[in-house]
Amino acid sequence: MLNYFKPAAMLLLLLTLLTGVLYPLVVTAFAHTFYADKANGSLLYDAKRQAIGSALIGQSFTLPKYFWGRASATAPYPYNAGASSGSNLGATNPVLIDAVNTRVKILQAADPSNKTPVPVDLVTASGSGLDPHISVAAAEYQIKRVAKARNMDENKLRELVNAQTESRQWLVFGEPRVNVLQLNLALDAQQP
Amino acid sequence: MTGHNFLQIALYLVVLLALVKPLGAYMARIYQVQPAGFEQRLYRWCGVDAGQDMRWTQYAVALLVFNLLGLLVVYALQRCQAFLPFNPQHLPAISPDSAFNTAISFASNTNWQGYGGETTMSYFTQMLGLTVQNFLSAASGMAVLVALIRGFIRRNTDGIGNFWVDMTRSTVYILLPLSLLLAVLLVGQGVVQNFEPYQTVTLTETVSYEQPTQDASGKSVTETIKIQQQTLALGPAASQIAIKQLGTNGGGFFNVNSAHPFENPTPLSNFLEMLAILLIPASLCYTFGMMVGDTRQGWVILAAMTLIFTTLVFVDVSAEQSGNPLLQVDQLASESQAGGNMEGKETRFGIVNSALWAVATTAASNGSVNAMHDSFTPLGGLVPMWLMQLGEVIFGGVGSGLYGMIVFAIVAVFIAGLMIGRTPEYLGKKIEAFEMKMAAVIILVPPLMVLGGTALALMLEVGKVGVLNNGAHGFSEVLYAFSSAGNNNGSAFAGLSANTPFYNLMLGVAMLFSRYWLMIPVLAIAGSLANKKIVPVGAGTLPTHTPLFAVLLMITVLMVGALTFVPALALGPIVEHLQMTQQVQP
Repeated sequence: MLNYFKPAAMLLLLLTLLTGVLYPLVVTAFAHTFYADKANGSLLYDAKRQAIGSALIGQSFTLPKYFWGRASATAPYPYNAGASSGSNLGATNPVLIDAVNTRVKILQAADPSNKTPVPVDLVTASGSGLDPHISVAAAEYQIKRVAKARNMDENKLRELVNAQTESRQWLVFGEPRVNVLQLNLALDAQQP
Repeated sequence: MTGHNFLQIALYLVVLLALVKPLGAYMARIYQVQPAGFEQRLYRWCGVDAGQDMRWTQYAVALLVFNLLGLLVVYALQRCQAFLPFNPQHLPAISPDSAFNTAISFASNTNWQGYGGETTMSYFTQMLGLTVQNFLSAASGMAVLVALIRGFIRRNTDGIGNFWVDMTRSTVYILLPLSLLLAVLLVGQGVVQNFEPYQTVTLTETVSYEQPTQDASGKSVTETIKIQQQTLALGPAASQIAIKQLGTNGGGFFNVNSAHPFENPTPLSNFLEMLAILLIPASLCYTFGMMVGDTRQGWVILAAMTLIFTTLVFVDVSAEQSGNPLLQVDQLASESQAGGNMEGKETRFGIVNSALWAVATTAASNGSVNAMHDSFTPLGGLVPMWLMQLGEVIFGGVGSGLYGMIVFAIVAVFIAGLMIGRTPEYLGKKIEAFEMKMAAVIILVPPLMVLGGTALALMLEVGKVGVLNNGAHGFSEVLYAFSSAGNNNGSAFAGLSANTPFYNLMLGVAMLFSRYWLMIPVLAIAGSLANKKIVPVGAGTLPTHTPLFAVLLMITVLMVGALTFVPALALGPIVEHLQMTQQVQP
């Protein structure tokens, strides 16, 4: 039996050094040489070089003058990027149905003139609770409200939204989408 | 189903199948070349006699000792992480039951995530414990597969190869270079890779939330808390995610796994990670064909796997794209939105990439997620659950999927043999009572763990308190958890609060049994086959390289899976589906 332990222990030690130390360090060194920004979380900075978010992580928005993102199920507050989580509510769970209905009511109350149906992604919780994007339809749904709150021309706002819209990657992968934080930052930059 | 859905699925299958031959041929070479030079000196230094041809019992003991040591190291690291370096968040030690569960989970290639990565595991534990086992558990599965293949190739011998060499070569020559390549590509897409403490950023809009607390007189009140900052969890993620995907491991760096934007930031990173799930399991079919000297044997198995996989992808995407009829919102797919059932899914992936991932990750025993399976529609959640229950043989885990499928092939030739009244044989080896007994053990252990575990959990109060959703869906949560652990998958209906002593223990035991009580009988079959002579092909031999055999193999897998699990599935997702459609039109 003992003659199994020496090879096992030695190989475990060597392979641990190789795959658990050397490998992550090589990847880190590569990452920091070629993609330093991305490796550190794709941070966004304001004019004073203060970190104000990440291009990949959503933030919570509830004011009428901002575009709102997906619902977030992180605890204890939405978009807690230190503890990602989905709602994990089943499709038939009454808690889910109620939550969605409530979100629809809040959206409609914020802009009673908008009678179009609410796009599904705007009132459902994302998988990570940190989804930085909404669909193009969800952005379009909010244009009226934001334009009114900011006293802006709807078409000018739509142009800004279009400029912030990402198309499918390489025209094939994923879905067209709008980064909510970056759109709102662009809005604030135009009209604080 | 939209045109873009079709396009993304087709592209995935085409790229995957195009890579099978080159990678499969490369792996076959790795397992057939004798170690020499530096590698041989390294073995000697470690006390390994690389030339030793092990009997199956020796091979099994080496595997078990090696996995046991790995398990103990992961356990120890978790328990001591507070005193170890690379812990910028000063995370405390993991509780004994959770550490026990995670250690088994990672050593057995299940990678069930009972914990939330960013809130519990230090960088040190993630790297030296979890990343390492991601490699070594995958390599162990590949070693067992190669040993089984040698059982078919060799004749009149006791030896099935050398575990130390097979395991080391799988790690160093196959898993490591592929992981390096993938990690580098992922960093380029925005996956984080650093050793920094979590980053704090200033929010654009202040968030306020209410928290229950007690006032001076001890009465319960809610206080409103305002926060102006967001804390971003970071860490050496890319290096771990690469091997997590390639080694069919699936234990995420962050709590929500590959739904987290830092773990899977773009549709392209999603495509690469999804490709990595099935890459090695699919390519090993070609390796198998090459090693047994007839690549058609490998293609037939790959065809059976791919057909079942593709069918279930379409079922799952359709179920999710048709949406949740209980919600009064716009769920129609269009150029401006993915539509469908978006609860628990990420906008950048939409429906098709979430459902395709769900099927791939449960077909292979990967278990990573990019959307929350618990929030899938009932039928959309049934597909991943059933794929696990089929025994993780549709691609399956690296190594373990194919050895499981070869066992099903043995059962298939046995059934065919009974029908035509001949002694069954596969790849020139007679299949006799011993092989069939071992095959029966391999096929019966996982259902025993799944159904027995689910029944026990639902009879006990400790099992029921962890359930988040009521009714049929709650049953599905428990069944899903045991299907996942009992087949070494590791994905979850995450609503179940499984980080309790009861579930940590029960699921830990299920993972342990269904990993090693499959590996040991597989090695026993390998040993027994290696001892036999090779029978020349005769008039009564059932050809196993034909489309007919692919069909026979599919029927065998589907029949065993359906007969065992349909009653249980009827109580969970099927009832829930009927309830859902009933509620729409009462």
